[in-house]
Amino acid sequence: MIDLAELKVPGPTETELTKPFWAAAAEGRLLIQRCDDCGRTVFYPREICPHCWSARLVWADASGRGRLKSFSTIHKPGHPGWQPAAPYTVGLVELEEGPTMLSFILQGTEAPRVGKALVMQPTDIGGRVLPAFKIVNDSKKGDQS
Amino acid sequence: MIRSKAVLIGVGSLKPVRRTEGETTLGMLARASALALSDAGLEKDAIDGLLVGPQVGETPQHVPATVSEYLGLQPNMSNVVDLGGASGPGMIWRAAAAIDAGMCETVLCVIGNHRNPESPRSPNRNPIREFDVPFGASGANISYALLKQAHMARYGSTDEDFALIAHWARANAQRNPNAIFHGQPASVEDVLASPLIASPLRLFEIVMPVAGAEAVIVTSVARARSLGGRAVHLLGAGEKITHRAVSQAPDLTSGPLKPSMARAFAQSGLTVRDMSLLSLYDCYTIMVATTLEDSGICPPGGFGAFMRAHDFGPEGDWPLNTHGGQLGYGQPDLAGGMTHVTEAVRQLRGAAQGRQIRDPRFALVTGNGATMSEAVALVLGADA
Ligand SMILES: [Zn+2]
Repeated sequence: MIDLAELKVPGPTETELTKPFWAAAAEGRLLIQRCDDCGRTVFYPREICPHCWSARLVWADASGRGRLKSFSTIHKPGHPGWQPAAPYTVGLVELEEGPTMLSFILQGTEAPRVGKALVMQPTDIGGRVLPAFKIVNDSKKGDQS
Repeated sequence: MIRSKAVLIGVGSLKPVRRTEGETTLGMLARASALALSDAGLEKDAIDGLLVGPQVGETPQHVPATVSEYLGLQPNMSNVVDLGGASGPGMIWRAAAAIDAGMCETVLCVIGNHRNPESPRSPNRNPIREFDVPFGASGANISYALLKQAHMARYGSTDEDFALIAHWARANAQRNPNAIFHGQPASVEDVLASPLIASPLRLFEIVMPVAGAEAVIVTSVARARSLGGRAVHLLGAGEKITHRAVSQAPDLTSGPLKPSMARAFAQSGLTVRDMSLLSLYDCYTIMVATTLEDSGICPPGGFGAFMRAHDFGPEGDWPLNTHGGQLGYGQPDLAGGMTHVTEAVRQLRGAAQGRQIRDPRFALVTGNGATMSEAVALVLGADA
């Protein structure tokens, strides 16, 4: 396994609105938005709530727990900077709070499978700490997926 | 009696090529347009409407004016249709709607791209660039790999099921000398032996990018009648856009083509069982699988059994993508979606040389863009 921190890969293209998300990520936290009007959660961060169009979105710490909705192990990356890491796995992570995000799935003792429980693991990718995820081992909690 | 919304009176296709050298997209659009005009038996000045696709890297803005000027047109209606692989089919109903609105009578719908060596990396600065790319997810392959994995996990569909789709595309491409994989059939075993690109997607399940251009001329029923010739009618259309990034998809195993096809069938008064040809957008095998299931021709999760039970060649019981589909013909970028329209027109005219289906009456055409996000369905009918 190569050192992900050494990859020369494109980082996030931050905007004024999303700066708090990436600043929190650098500290190892996962921030999502919650709507003060309809109560629903939002990812990725937006100016208005996509559910009710309220502008009253507030930042909230996500639990960092989620479930693997799907995944792919990439042998031929779309960006050449990722080639040294191939094969590596990305997945769709359904966060406990509701929204789904795409993230990096860290290699562990268990192979990824749809439905597996995940937990956020701050990980240095290309010199920036990003919210990656790792599989929660079945041995700890029994196979319920 | 089914009402015809408009008539597809002319089609033109450039033979796809793997690479171009020094070509311009404008030049290729012009050549495809000239073929369609000649096919329609019209004079250039009959064209008073123009629909074009995005031309990233060549003409980022003012595309309709740039194309009009190049072609010597002064249209009364023009626009860019930006729905990825659904752009071509999306142009057809928009042309009919513009004609119906009295804005114009004959619309040139043209889309294509060169494939010169220099291809700049994406200049995107949008959410998919900010929140997917930094995790190692660049390009469409990964999105469709995630969709395929989700289908396999939910329904137990197998790699063999998906390989059948790629196999039939290659088989049909052997009947089309213009197809990029003409002369290169692929058995199910060949598909399964092709390298993994992004698991569970293998190389032969992914379209080959090529250069090309496709043009269709749409006119009013009255104008078509005055011209005579071999009219193909637009009988129904449906469109739906649900998301952009695959992480935001409301459903991974059913897509926006489901409501699009339902609307197109309702407008035409027909069902999928009435179709003589399935001309289904096939950027990846998973796209055909989901479209078959969303069409109602087989139950959710049932595409594999359906693929094993039927013959999808021109003489088969369910002709599917008789030009080879994009998996066999090649994907001329955004024009890939339009190949499903031009093939349906040729089949419904009875003019699909060397691969003509029997008793052509109705065709289902689908287009799909982004990550199973942008959908257009058309029901076309032969002249009664
Ligand atoms: Zn809200």
